[in-house]
Amino acid sequence: MATLVQAVRMALHYGETHLGVTDVFGEDVGPPLGGIFTATQGLKTAWNSPLDERGIVGTAMGIAYAGGRPVCEIQFCDYGFNTIDLLKIAGNQRWAGAGNYDLPMVLMMPSGSGIRGSLYHSHSFESWATRLPGWKIVMPSNPFDGYGMMLSAIADPNPVMVLLPKALLRMRGAKLIPGEPADQDQLRKMIDAPLGDRSKWQPRWPDLKECFIPFGEAELRREGTSATIVSYGRTLPLCVEAADQLGSEHGLKFDVLDLRSIFPYDWKAISASVMKTGRVLFVNEDTEVTNFGEHLLRRVIDEHFYDLLVRPRVLMGKHVPGIGLNQVYEQNTVPQLPQIKQAMHAVATEDA
Amino acid sequence: MRGKPPAPADNGKARVFQPAKANGERSLSVGSLARERCLEIHRIMVRARLMEERMIGMSKSGEGYFWIGGPGEEAFNAALGLQVKKGCGPGYDYLHLHYRNSATMVALGMPLVDGIRQMNMKFTDPHSAGRNFPGHYADKAWNVIPVSSVIEVQFAMAAGTAHVQKRHGGDGLTIVVGGEAGAAEGDFASCMIWSTRPGKELPVLIIVMNNGWGISTTHCSQHAVKHVIERGKPFGIPGEVVDGNDPVASWFAIEKAMKYCRKERKPYMLEAMVSRLYGHSSSSGAPRADEPDCIGQFEEKLLANGWIDQETIDKIHAEAEAEVEAGVAESGAEPAPKPEDIERYTYADSRVDKIYPGDYTGLPE
Ligand SMILES: Cc1ncc(C[n+]2csc(CCOP(=O)(O)OP(=O)(O)O)c2C)c(N)n1
Repeated sequence: MATLVQAVRMALHYGETHLGVTDVFGEDVGPPLGGIFTATQGLKTAWNSPLDERGIVGTAMGIAYAGGRPVCEIQFCDYGFNTIDLLKIAGNQRWAGAGNYDLPMVLMMPSGSGIRGSLYHSHSFESWATRLPGWKIVMPSNPFDGYGMMLSAIADPNPVMVLLPKALLRMRGAKLIPGEPADQDQLRKMIDAPLGDRSKWQPRWPDLKECFIPFGEAELRREGTSATIVSYGRTLPLCVEAADQLGSEHGLKFDVLDLRSIFPYDWKAISASVMKTGRVLFVNEDTEVTNFGEHLLRRVIDEHFYDLLVRPRVLMGKHVPGIGLNQVYEQNTVPQLPQIKQAMHAVATEDA
Repeated sequence: MRGKPPAPADNGKARVFQPAKANGERSLSVGSLARERCLEIHRIMVRARLMEERMIGMSKSGEGYFWIGGPGEEAFNAALGLQVKKGCGPGYDYLHLHYRNSATMVALGMPLVDGIRQMNMKFTDPHSAGRNFPGHYADKAWNVIPVSSVIEVQFAMAAGTAHVQKRHGGDGLTIVVGGEAGAAEGDFASCMIWSTRPGKELPVLIIVMNNGWGISTTHCSQHAVKHVIERGKPFGIPGEVVDGNDPVASWFAIEKAMKYCRKERKPYMLEAMVSRLYGHSSSSGAPRADEPDCIGQFEEKLLANGWIDQETIDKIHAEAEAEVEAGVAESGAEPAPKPEDIERYTYADSRVDKIYPGDYTGLPE
């Protein structure tokens, strides 16, 4: 089974061989390193850029304007903040320009906490990102989705932001990517660059197949009637784990929805599940003031107020200036398994 | 901001127009550019100017709101537009313009009514469907990248189009234009850095339109370096300061710059010293400034050369005025955007989007 970062790499390879990707670029993206998380090793279109995030986003826009299909990377979303006006323009240019230009660009950014990254390797970006109309924003929580959503990001002719949960980049999934060898050691030997001198190394790519995971389609990861849990990214596997534990310990059964696509989001799936359970908890790790989960909460209140059995709620990161390095800070700033489990138990068991 | 800029601390030298060095005699002499070409440039300048002046009027009469535009930059901009390799795609020149480039668009062939449609905020405005300020052009057929109000961002994008052009082959180049105050933004440095990566230099023609002003802030009060293009030196980017009020000097400077970029596939810088004839925008009242007027100056030279007579000049102005008025009338009768148009043109069609296979239609349902 591939890791998430291998899945992304394979998707980019499929993109440059089958979907017209012309440039994969960013800081340390090209050889010899192939990305600080190895997402871009061995790609024939990968190149290193100057250390200039505004230049990276702007150049991707220019490439897309000129008919290329760029995938650019900001090394950590924590360093994307100085590009926000360019991201705004990438999102609004088609609208502002009366549809003159499409802008088929992909921006990928490792995002969120979980690697003991301290202040500037732990930020979340999705709430900021959802304030950029014109973009599509996805955040896979497993390698299979990472592959399929990256292919969709490439195939979509609009700006697409792929937020990669840093904490999950080395995680393996349960589903084989089409074309991927079943043996993970074999895959590693084929596509992971060796340590040391790589100047003569060439990847041997598996015979990958097309597999689009469409935007706006959530996946139901656990099914139940006790409550609806909606999450994505790093906190999603924690919600699944908590659901399993609460199932065996208390006999509770949850609908756990992996949103996958943050914008557009699968409102139908959320809505149908809330109608079924009357109880809903949104879980993410972005900071709690003006959090994307609050938007979903607002829609639940607007459209399902009278369908709810208990108050709907959001579990999210604390509104503090950063995530501190000492793990006491991190563990108490962004949702971890115990808090998630407790919040899920509470929403499922509060008297109606 | 009304009136004349205060004399700069360096006794005005910063605003002294420096004739092109390579061929001293050509810079102020009409005779070095063919008569037909000069007359063509003149007509474009007049048409662009009268369009802008009418739009200033519209901003004051309530027919439009905000005005910003290019009076004072017509000489350079017309000479630029006429030398663009016009077309769609990387084989042709890309234009990353700022909001004072009307005369470039007119030189490319934009009918005046299209500029007026934008001022009029009509849905028929081909550049923004009545959404953007005037002078914010976008035209895919001519590689005109959508102009944004955000100062200098076009300099962050220029390397991208040029990168594709270099890979594509041919002689297409990327032209990026901005004011001298905006060149303080990091995006200007980004453009120099990205277009001079060793072995990966890019055909970018970097143009700084130096009118001496930000909105109310003089260049010399903020910058120790007199000319913006001096910043190109450490990058090995050649450049030239040109009298942007002189269409002939501008023509030859642009010709030389373009030749270099097309052939060498490397960046080049031009700094055009220009007037700002109606202040920053309508928000400063757009009063007529006491600065050299490129049209009046050019007409004097054309007259002195015997290439035009006053009667013909008057006729050209009258024709331009009639064209503008016809454009105002025509666009005035056209439909405004409708409430249901607010989402239009957000997304291109997608085969992988379940919610928005076509355009945006409001929040997911
Ligand atoms: C990033 C940004 N900051 C500030 C502004 C507000 N603003 C609009 S024009 C302008 C001055 C621009 O001066 P210059 O670059 O010299 O161009 P000019 O208008 O003189 O042609 C300012 C400060 C803006 N539009 N964008």
